[in-house]
Amino acid sequence: MVGQSRLQRILSSTGLYVAVFLYVAFAVFPIYWTVKISVTPENLLYSEGIKLWPTRMTLQNYVTVLKASDFPRYFLNSLIVSIATALIVTAVASLAGYALSRFHFRGKNWVSLVLLLTQTFPLVMVIPPIFRIMATMGLTDNLYGLIVIYTAFNIAFATFLMQSFFDGIPKELEEAAMIDGCTRAAALRRIVLPLTLPGMGATVAFVFTAAWSELLFALMLINSEDQKTFSVGLLTFIGKFAVDWGQMMAASVMALIPVCLFFAFLQRYLVTGLTAGAVKG
Amino acid sequence: MASVTLQNVSKVFGPVKVLSGINLTIEDGEFVVLVGPSGCGKSTLLRSIAGLEEVSGGEIRIGDRLVNDIAPRDRDIAMVFQSYALYPHMDVEKNMSFGLMLRKEPADKISKRVNQASGTLGLGALLARLPKQLSGGQRQRVAMGRAIVRDPKVFLFDEPLSNLDAKLRAQMRTEIKALHQSLKTTSVYVTHDQIEAMTMANRIVVMNEGIVRQVGAPLELYDRPANVFVAGFIGSPTMNFVDGVVVSGKKSGVRLKDGSMVEVNARGVREGQAITLGMRPEHLLMSGTGISGEVLVVEPLGMTTQVSVKTADSLLTVMAMERTSVSPSDKVQLSIAPPNVHVFDKSTGNRVD
Repeated sequence: MVGQSRLQRILSSTGLYVAVFLYVAFAVFPIYWTVKISVTPENLLYSEGIKLWPTRMTLQNYVTVLKASDFPRYFLNSLIVSIATALIVTAVASLAGYALSRFHFRGKNWVSLVLLLTQTFPLVMVIPPIFRIMATMGLTDNLYGLIVIYTAFNIAFATFLMQSFFDGIPKELEEAAMIDGCTRAAALRRIVLPLTLPGMGATVAFVFTAAWSELLFALMLINSEDQKTFSVGLLTFIGKFAVDWGQMMAASVMALIPVCLFFAFLQRYLVTGLTAGAVKG
Repeated sequence: MASVTLQNVSKVFGPVKVLSGINLTIEDGEFVVLVGPSGCGKSTLLRSIAGLEEVSGGEIRIGDRLVNDIAPRDRDIAMVFQSYALYPHMDVEKNMSFGLMLRKEPADKISKRVNQASGTLGLGALLARLPKQLSGGQRQRVAMGRAIVRDPKVFLFDEPLSNLDAKLRAQMRTEIKALHQSLKTTSVYVTHDQIEAMTMANRIVVMNEGIVRQVGAPLELYDRPANVFVAGFIGSPTMNFVDGVVVSGKKSGVRLKDGSMVEVNARGVREGQAITLGMRPEHLLMSGTGISGEVLVVEPLGMTTQVSVKTADSLLTVMAMERTSVSPSDKVQLSIAPPNVHVFDKSTGNRVD
């Protein structure tokens, strides 16, 4: 009996490891393959067949992308749009989330409902009217337009996220601060905001990533070469007759870098942030 | 230090009247406890004094100053919360000095005050710790420390001991009382625990459903409760209540449903009046005459013995001061000395003397 239960234990833990391994492989394989293609010389790409690593490595694709394409421009555009969106959304969502969490006012439920409603429309359905509106306001073919539209589409979720973080901070802390000598604004700044930093970090990361990888609106609103974001720029590697896989993958790897750096920087906030609002202590 | 005066204070939340017509004067240096069941409005009243709730009507004065429209930070009060509400990202020292710092007090004065308070409360070794590194009792002390360093006109306590275990609660109760005796700062203390109220207060304010039911010194409330609510709320185990009708004749008194008579001292009763009698468990004696019943449960507590007796229409609790030999299903008869019987009008619930 003892032997059997031990066997069962080994089998079940092996099963777990196999499952975890398969999941990690599934998640990591595309990244690995992207890196592999990006360092494969063009003449080996089709001639070598399927290999786990090319026999010869090159960084030529990276050099070409950085020197001979518009990619640095796209990259910079994406960075501008994503950072601006993340900051604007987090600032607005923090204030809105605070108001929804702390104040009772007429129509509060309606505000929440309308915010939720904005999340229910399929994007494809709203594209034509949005294009018309943006065109009338002169917001097509420039980065401002993208910032506006990304902000609009991320603000509802970010507001709910921030509201849940504020809900997790006891009201008494502010009340104690207000008795100690703070105005409401000072209590917010000195007590609540420092405690909400993890939540804000999570919101910034979420919005940044969403804006960074957005393609549909960028494709629709931007025409000029110098206003394109990198996600649209990637498409330029797909020609009418051929796809330049090596350069496209090199560009993709570079596009991953800021996101990775960003998450590494925010990591300590994220772990507490994403769980802090969930459980009230 | 200052007095606190409440004049006709009321508070409504939408259609709900939380406080109505509260009149109360808390003298300079007094320790007043607001007590009542949950939802009676005691916390709302305290928060109104603090300025955390706006009152719907009436006037609140601290000293001679009308504070209705004055922000909490300008009322010169300090409050201790049930959840302590320590700032999680500040260490004990910063938590305690935060209020003084905001008031731009000089640094040497701040550190002197903090050292003094932490000495009084035995927090000296903990000044560099964060709240999460403290035990419940220590957090409670820090919350107290944060209040006393400010040297405010009034201390407000909102059920500060509710989150502590029974032993620590009794200890902190004594400490808070000792602290008040040395500081003599006007204090308003909210609790639902009538033992805290009895032991700590100079005066107790018993509240129910948004109104003040009685104000008085602890023993005054115990000995002469103004109505059935106060009689039932103050005292543990609670007072026994039995309904009856006033009769006069050869033997005058109150006749209970089972026909037995209880003699009372109250002069204000009239014949035929429906009455609720209140009898404290320690005043009921198991003797040969009086209300007859059957012993249901015997609970020895050491110093006393609590006996539950089932009578014709009610269950009475008797607190026997001496060791008793009764056991369940014994037949007993309960008597009580007339001065110890509390008489309340059945329809109004008010005391009749």
